[in-house]
Amino acid sequence: MAPVIAFAAAGAVTILAVLLIVVALVFYLVSVIVALRKITAGLHEAIVGVGEIVQRSAPVNDIVTAINQQLDAGVDLLEGLLVKKAGMSDAVGLVDGLYAGAATAGFRNFPESPTVKAPRIGEVYTRGTLTLARLGREAPIAGASPNGPVLRNVEGGSLAARELYPEIRQTGPEKLARSPVIGADAPVQYEQREDIGAPRKRLPSRS
Amino acid sequence: MILWWIGDVVLIAVVLPVVVYLLRGVLEAARGIVPSVQEIAKVAAAGSKDLDAAALLLTTQDQVTKTVAGVANYGGSLDVILDDAR
Repeated sequence: MAPVIAFAAAGAVTILAVLLIVVALVFYLVSVIVALRKITAGLHEAIVGVGEIVQRSAPVNDIVTAINQQLDAGVDLLEGLLVKKAGMSDAVGLVDGLYAGAATAGFRNFPESPTVKAPRIGEVYTRGTLTLARLGREAPIAGASPNGPVLRNVEGGSLAARELYPEIRQTGPEKLARSPVIGADAPVQYEQREDIGAPRKRLPSRS
Repeated sequence: MILWWIGDVVLIAVVLPVVVYLLRGVLEAARGIVPSVQEIAKVAAAGSKDLDAAALLLTTQDQVTKTVAGVANYGGSLDVILDDAR
């Protein structure tokens, strides 16, 4: 009888152990399944969001490429126009004056431009003066050498710019010279030439 | 008989703790992924909202085209009215 009871007890303990293992398996596996379902739901939301990102960003590449092409065309146009109208040296100087250090980079479409020594146009002239100087090439400002001293103090206001012109009013004289009287009855006749009023010289006749 | 008992002891004292340990590790790993995935979902949704302005690139492209065309017109006019550099 005792061996039978011992066998039954051992079998019961075995069954209990297996039951415990199965319970542990069920508990933890169910918990893992719940966690995996949460992960699946989260990934689904993420995939929806990523899909929207992909959908919305799809045309960005083409549009940005087209914008860059347009801007490149604009830059090419402005560079070409600047070099054509101002000349390579002044163009490099102007750009370097507006954006310090840009002369070293040069122009994109002019490979020789980085080697051009940039005149100090940005220090000598105001931004609009170069254009005015180009419009009127006989203007005194256009005759100044960019290799000389700085003609205009960029931080010093307008006096430096006024000093570019002949000395008349910028130093504030107490009394300016009166305007000259002109005309036939003027006390001082300009262009006093002896031939004025004299008989006309007859040129030798051509034979 | 003795071997059976030894098997029972091994089953309870060794196999069951090992199974519980391994399954708990798997469960903790799975639970650790959940907040990360939820954060990814939030970030993806926010990123999608950030791209709402991408449609405005079409307007930007149109404006750039018009601006460059205007610049080209001005450039052409300047090319006519200004002398070339000597």
